[in-house]
Amino acid sequence: MFYLESGQFATAYRQDRRLFRLRQQRIGLWLTLLAAYTVVPWLGNDYWFSAILIPFLVLSLAGLGLNLLTGYAGQLSLGSAAFMAVGAFTTYNLVLRLPGLPLLVGVAGGGLAAALIGVLVGLPSARIKGFYLLVSTLAAQFFVQWALTKFSWFSNDSASGVITAPPLVVAGQDFSSPLGRYLLTLSVALPLVWLARNLVRGELGRYWMAVRDMDTAAAVIGIPVFKAKLLAFAISSFILGVAGALWAFTYLGTVEPHGFDLNRSFQVLFIIIIGGMGSILGNFLGAAFIVLLPVALSVLSASYLAGWLPSGELENLQKIIFGALIIVFLIKEPDGLARLWRQFAARVRVWPLRY
Amino acid sequence: MARSSLRALPLALAIGLAAFSSSSQAAGEQYFPLQSYRVGPYAAGGTGFFGGFIDYLQYINAKEGGVNGVKLTWSECETEYVVEKGVECYERLKKGLNGAPAAATNPLSVGIAYATLDRSTADKLPLITINHGRTDSTDGSVFPYVFPLQLNPYSEVSAIINYIGQKSGGLDKLKGKKIVTLFHGSPYGKETNPILELLAKKYGFQLTLLEVPHPGNEQQSQWLTIRKEKPDWVILRGWGVMNPVALKTAQKTGFPADHIIGNIWSNSEDDAAPAGAAAKGYVSITTHPSGTQFPVLQGIKKTVIDAGKGNLADPKRFGNVYYNLGVVNGILNVEAVRVAQAKFGAKPLTGEQVRWGFEHIKFDEKRLKEVGAYGLLQPLKLSCSDHEGGGAVRFQQWDGKQWKVISDWVQADRALLRPIIETSSKAYAKEKGITPRDCSKES
Repeated sequence: MFYLESGQFATAYRQDRRLFRLRQQRIGLWLTLLAAYTVVPWLGNDYWFSAILIPFLVLSLAGLGLNLLTGYAGQLSLGSAAFMAVGAFTTYNLVLRLPGLPLLVGVAGGGLAAALIGVLVGLPSARIKGFYLLVSTLAAQFFVQWALTKFSWFSNDSASGVITAPPLVVAGQDFSSPLGRYLLTLSVALPLVWLARNLVRGELGRYWMAVRDMDTAAAVIGIPVFKAKLLAFAISSFILGVAGALWAFTYLGTVEPHGFDLNRSFQVLFIIIIGGMGSILGNFLGAAFIVLLPVALSVLSASYLAGWLPSGELENLQKIIFGALIIVFLIKEPDGLARLWRQFAARVRVWPLRY
Repeated sequence: MARSSLRALPLALAIGLAAFSSSSQAAGEQYFPLQSYRVGPYAAGGTGFFGGFIDYLQYINAKEGGVNGVKLTWSECETEYVVEKGVECYERLKKGLNGAPAAATNPLSVGIAYATLDRSTADKLPLITINHGRTDSTDGSVFPYVFPLQLNPYSEVSAIINYIGQKSGGLDKLKGKKIVTLFHGSPYGKETNPILELLAKKYGFQLTLLEVPHPGNEQQSQWLTIRKEKPDWVILRGWGVMNPVALKTAQKTGFPADHIIGNIWSNSEDDAAPAGAAAKGYVSITTHPSGTQFPVLQGIKKTVIDAGKGNLADPKRFGNVYYNLGVVNGILNVEAVRVAQAKFGAKPLTGEQVRWGFEHIKFDEKRLKEVGAYGLLQPLKLSCSDHEGGGAVRFQQWDGKQWKVISDWVQADRALLRPIIETSSKAYAKEKGITPRDCSKES
């Protein structure tokens, strides 16, 4: 009823090519953006900004990076955290060693360095695929972490190997407050999401999906398979690199190689599996699931169950619930939360009629 | 795109708010936010440390009704030793509990400490990193809210070298001696290498640094090198599984365990016991002996453990290394509150006031006996510029079943280390644009 598309006709090709063809979708998007920039800063407090919203945004962005590679181009990877680490450490070193370099240029530089490493790691994809490719990206995961620990130059010879973020100043404006860091993260993430959404609807995105569905067939119809794969690695790693820089700079404020270990790669992979492969929205849903749910469980159990159970068992109980929820969701909807959303949207379109 | 997730936000907010607001007023209490870890790979350390800490707070509440009538209260938040969880917990708990203000945070994790360092300073909440943390945070003029209490990593190696000197009959006898340091291949493991090199130059001993890549479950080649070198001492700067493997391999290659000295992360029961007979005679440092003979532990046993309120799930761990570290940490935190109350009055204090308390902690022999921790806690005096305070360790030896303390307090050469610490803290201040406090003006 509210979500009707009847009466909305494209009268020009331009309209037909828009990212969101339904008026309601566009209005929803603008309202969301408006809320993200006005209502959320107005309602939120320091806790929400620095403990929930920033990691949610950064992990969504990381999920987006991996989703382009795995969900759209079909190339499995377990090197996400390595690319994030490359992004974080490159940004740190650029800002440190080139005084006066704007922070955002440093972040972009981090992304580019990660893209470069990504292409290198993606080279084996010319010959191998599936789980074998997964293992070769695992090598990147271990190598990057080893290199960052081994050569103390990367961490500016800091004795402990942990480096702290420089002041967050963009265009003379200080973004160090929790709200500032949230706005900065949001403003860096949004253009990348917009770019990704365009990419997957464009020529390259269609190449990727063709390669994902059957690379032999894609090659036969003249798609440059290897180039498409390498571009997927490059663009995915770029986004992961930027996410890594944001993770280090706007979220934690410190960078250490250990923070980008294999568990982080798994976390990003779980985000896209739970959120939905081959979906942009899915990254946000998956990240929300991974970030918000454990926190909500922990807050709830701290306020309602504390004292009833020993705290160690309480923690394990939360893990059990979280794990059970993942299993339930994946059985109910193996295609991820994004698919649930799509079904819901399809229902709402015809509501209150049945079809 | 971002729409649906943000649509879910009000719901999440509502749940969160409901959880936060289900509280009753409890003024007149002092709150300790505990970023504890009871699950995950470090649970052994976390349950011991936070068990000891909580039991000590319970003990003070039961024995004295809190500090000068101000009850101590706490709540836990699980970090699993994971940095981002620790940050979330920090943000969740920093505001206090039901009106009781937070006194200090004690994450017992290097990563979490680093990530909350700037936040603690901005929120004016002391960050306690007992026995670990950033070495240069010893300089309280640059790090006003960070306290690497008792022992920082530099003091640790300096004390070990001083002990070797004692054993050899004087520091001048170190000349020509051969010392091998076997370190964990991580930033933690490498941190003290420059200091060891400096000390080697100063005392003229021959130093060989050998790296053991993480996790260190294979050390044959390192110990064959050691056998070739025939060093007088081996310093073990290990972590986790690396420690028992080092002891076992040492035995296989014929190096005597009583000439291996373990550092602060190689000194627990869990490091020595898995090596079995190979660990017999192994020496390590400790800032606090294990054992239950100290009056404060007896007091905890009587008022807390025997009353069935003890925090440990396994009562056998009462008095072990981690537990006693938690008790020591509790003593220091409570003492800071007590000292601060003497200045600001017997009421719940803000983090800034507790910070003042920490900077004026003075544990001499008399005070240590008063709190029942003589021999457990080292004499300690903190100040605005010195946030470490002690810098002394005792040495203990594994007799095959448990640790036996074999030395008195051995002091690190802190005067030698201070300029290095200050160089590093000055560089940090410059990088972050901090103007150091003038400690001569602080009262």
